[in-house]
Amino acid sequence: MFDTFPLWPTRASTAAGQVDALYIFLVTLSVLMSATIFVLILFFATRYRRRKGSVAEQIEGSSILEITWSVAPLLLFMVIFLWGAVIYFHERTPPRGATEVYVVAKQWMWKLQHEEGQREINELHVPVGRDVKLIMTSQDVIHSFYVPAFRLKQDVLPGRYTTLWFRATKPGTYHLFCAEYCGTMHSGMIGQVVVLEPAQYEAWLGGGTPTGSLASTGEALFQQLACSTCHRSDTQGRGPNLVGVFGKKVLLEDGRTVVADEDYIRESILSPTAKVVSGFKPIMPVFQGLVSEEQLNALVAYVKSLSQPASAGRTGIPASAQPPGPKVQ
Amino acid sequence: MSDSPVAVEQHGPELLHHFTGVEQQRDAASLGMWLFLATEIMFFGGMFCAYLVYRYWYFNEFAAGSRSLDIWLGTINTAVLICSSLTVALGVRAAQMGKRTLLVVLLILTLLFGLVFLGIKGVEWYDKYKEHHIPGASFNADDIATGYPQLHINQEHAQIYFSLYFAMTGLHALHMVIGVGLFSVITYFAWKGRYTPNYYTPVENAGLYWHFVDIVWIYLFPLLYLIDRKPLR
Amino acid sequence: MATAAIAAERENYLNQSYGVKSWLLTTDHKRIALLYLISITFFFFIGGFFALLIRLELLTPAGDLVQADTYNKLFTMHGQVMIFFFLIPSIPAVLGNFLVPLMIGAKDLAFPRINLLSWYLYIIAGIMYLHCLLTGGVDTGWTFYTPFSTAFSNTKVIEAGLAIFVAGFSSILTGLNFVVTIHRMRAPGMTWPRLPLFIWAHYATSVIQLLGTPVLAVTLVLVVFERAFHLGIFDPSRGGDPLLFQHLFWFYSHPAVYIMILPSMGVVTEIVPCFSRKRIFGYKFVAMSSIAIAVFGFLVWAHHMFVAGISLYSALVFSMLSYLVAVPSAIKVFNWTATMYKGSITFSTPMLYAFGFIGLFTMGGLTGLFLAALGINVHVTDTYFVIAHFHYIMVGGAVMGYMAGMHFWWPKISGRMYPESWGRLAALIVFVGFNLTFFPQFVLGYLGMPRRYWQYSPEFQVLNVLSTAGATVLGIGYLLPMVYFLWSMRYGKPASDNPWNAAGLEWQTSSPPPTFNFEETPVVNFEAYDYEHIPEPEVAVER
Repeated sequence: MFDTFPLWPTRASTAAGQVDALYIFLVTLSVLMSATIFVLILFFATRYRRRKGSVAEQIEGSSILEITWSVAPLLLFMVIFLWGAVIYFHERTPPRGATEVYVVAKQWMWKLQHEEGQREINELHVPVGRDVKLIMTSQDVIHSFYVPAFRLKQDVLPGRYTTLWFRATKPGTYHLFCAEYCGTMHSGMIGQVVVLEPAQYEAWLGGGTPTGSLASTGEALFQQLACSTCHRSDTQGRGPNLVGVFGKKVLLEDGRTVVADEDYIRESILSPTAKVVSGFKPIMPVFQGLVSEEQLNALVAYVKSLSQPASAGRTGIPASAQPPGPKVQ
Repeated sequence: MSDSPVAVEQHGPELLHHFTGVEQQRDAASLGMWLFLATEIMFFGGMFCAYLVYRYWYFNEFAAGSRSLDIWLGTINTAVLICSSLTVALGVRAAQMGKRTLLVVLLILTLLFGLVFLGIKGVEWYDKYKEHHIPGASFNADDIATGYPQLHINQEHAQIYFSLYFAMTGLHALHMVIGVGLFSVITYFAWKGRYTPNYYTPVENAGLYWHFVDIVWIYLFPLLYLIDRKPLR
Repeated sequence: MATAAIAAERENYLNQSYGVKSWLLTTDHKRIALLYLISITFFFFIGGFFALLIRLELLTPAGDLVQADTYNKLFTMHGQVMIFFFLIPSIPAVLGNFLVPLMIGAKDLAFPRINLLSWYLYIIAGIMYLHCLLTGGVDTGWTFYTPFSTAFSNTKVIEAGLAIFVAGFSSILTGLNFVVTIHRMRAPGMTWPRLPLFIWAHYATSVIQLLGTPVLAVTLVLVVFERAFHLGIFDPSRGGDPLLFQHLFWFYSHPAVYIMILPSMGVVTEIVPCFSRKRIFGYKFVAMSSIAIAVFGFLVWAHHMFVAGISLYSALVFSMLSYLVAVPSAIKVFNWTATMYKGSITFSTPMLYAFGFIGLFTMGGLTGLFLAALGINVHVTDTYFVIAHFHYIMVGGAVMGYMAGMHFWWPKISGRMYPESWGRLAALIVFVGFNLTFFPQFVLGYLGMPRRYWQYSPEFQVLNVLSTAGATVLGIGYLLPMVYFLWSMRYGKPASDNPWNAAGLEWQTSSPPPTFNFEETPVVNFEAYDYEHIPEPEVAVER
């Protein structure tokens, strides 16, 4: 029955089952509550309908009843809140070691960059059973990355990164929709998420023109834009050494301490004087307008790679296809 | 239309007949004005919120922006407004005591103070115009970091400071203009002898409005001009 | 009835003076209520027309009725017209304006001229919006999200924003008038615990209007400035933050939904006791629940932003608070139901609408629980689930309450009875049409159909067709009262002072009332729902 008249999309992620469980609970609860009210009203309306000689009984109220039907729903609501909160917490806490895919949204298409270097437009290929973390930004207005089969959605904002993680559980092709109104072809900004068996995914990775990993693209950019002139891998540079910096706390000139996450790196490229590292001068040139979002993603991926152990077997790429390590300055 | 069975007190022509008496009318007018001022607090509050959020995020640019304002003109304006609130309060008192001439004099003084405030504000804005600090095509805030050579000002962030500066002082000035208009009318009627110790509600409520606009400035002045005039380093 | 016929010829607020000037320059709250009635009905038609076009487009998955840009304008303007020019004024400006002074035994509102000003501001805003509509319209979604609205849209965002800004002041002044009136102009003996719950509901609504609307006003001002002068307050490409816009916007727009529902709840609270012939169950709790909704309503705005990029911690807090605000609404539903227990119930048209309200509001409210659950929200936000939820509350709730009230007080307002059979028929048609229109949308939403989609994936078609079919039925249901209300003004049976034998001071004066409401100022020494001492009418419902 649920195939001809589906009430929910296919469940294709680890989150989907959790979300549907709470949903079904709430549907059941709502049906019960509505039915109770409807039945009571219909019953009262017929049983106590106006008849000859009928006199209504003037009842003022009952504090006990009022308190009961305030407290009982409140407790029930707190249960629902906690249940929903647990699911959400899980959804918003990406596990360590997740494969990262960079997403750039623009009116009206999705551009995706895999760590391994593959680029996709409006399509995202992922292997089943793998944790995947999307690192997303928009080139223009607010969009929203929505995969109903995963029960997941995250707004994609211009000027910063937002993240969404999932683990697909079922091979197949699923809708990808933009879910934040973004102009004329908002309803056309759709695509698909293609979940493949691991072997098929490897095959897909192997196919297509090899461009090198995203990090190596970033490294090439790093050289091309002369970042390496100041950001040397020793302490002699005019700019901070970037090896190992990602994910660590950074002390700034003005005394604040920030964590060097993706947003920090992105901002440091586009607006370097916003957060100047302690001990350095604010002399880094501004790259706003000189790099695209995709190039920024590559640079971010590169800087991140400087914090990873050299043997990156976690991407599952055969060693022969792995990109060469970053050049030592 | 008949009056209520309760004896109707003697009243002047100002009693509106949907009220049961002058006291009810006075109370209603007073409550009405206080509620209106509450809405104004929410109105300015939204902008104050935006300002405070950005002040936290773009500290350096906002501090530098504060420094680029003329603190002396701002201080004079603050003093002018406070004096005008004094003349308003004294004016309400004069109305209470039935002193028509004094009332008119005080109201005219209030008006003058108000106009002085607006004039000085105009001068400040003109300075901003000359310095290219008005957001828009010709905006350039490079000069706000003079004296702190190690500071690098992000132009966009500085422009946000000045956008909010003009939005906040602009809306405040608009309220001042409305206040001046309101008080012109009140002054005219005062001169005509309309206000007596029994009926001076319009003076009182207009005074409340003026005090409110003054208080908004008392918040604006420190927020825009005074706090953190020095950047962190 | 002889007295009714005489009453119609007696001087009342309708026949006291004639001529356009006597209406356009009136300060009589009852005439102003009618001016509002005509204006909001006009805008209801416009908003309804846009809805019709939307539903027609959505009959097929492809975008084949209108162009994408046109569709985007349709849903934007449907939302803005319905919210700002219909729903927010509706009950307060029509029924509230008419009834608040009557119910508390006053001659008029505290500030009759400000009341008229409020209507003129509404009209000016309406003309501004109409001009915007006719010269290109606006396509930002009713929510004006930045940076699309400030830096990307090519439509008349500034005009629309300014029109809504002006409409906001109309709303603020209405609220101000009600609060002062309720505080200062109650008749002798009308203490707060003796106030009809309609008054409590409007008091709570007015507080929200006063405190919330100014924040929308300043937000719109900033959006207009940003768009006009290319500033960067909300635009990341110029250093601004789009989430700041969302916080400021929703700080008003969430309480706004309580502006739309509280008055309806007040109407239902008047109707259920009358047609159960007994006092409301739990007066104090119902009164306090209105205040609680107003207060808590200001604390939950970011539940519209769970996937917008706010922190996990913020989301947890706002989700929890959103569950708190559901409790007072639940209390009301239970109290209405309990009022019917051991009553003597009549199925008049107002009571049918009240039943419909209770049922549909319950369903809409329960789906609010779904949305407040963070895990579910991630899946269904920005989908048709949300659209179904808020239409259940705003149409199944607020509009049904409005219709209930219009029918209940029509005799008082016009001095005529509407035709009861047609009334009941229309109520039934509206109920059926409404459910057929919006229930499928819950399913559509959970299946993943996003909102604001001009074209959609084909598997969503069947449910969309059902929904459009329902909309047609709903439209008919709304047209019927327009027709028979107008008909009744000429041909309806003249109404007595109190055709329902209802409690309430408004029924102690003639139908229609004289200009200054009461021959003599009432003195109150009885509770609001004194059905113990009011006999049942001989005939249950006059036809």
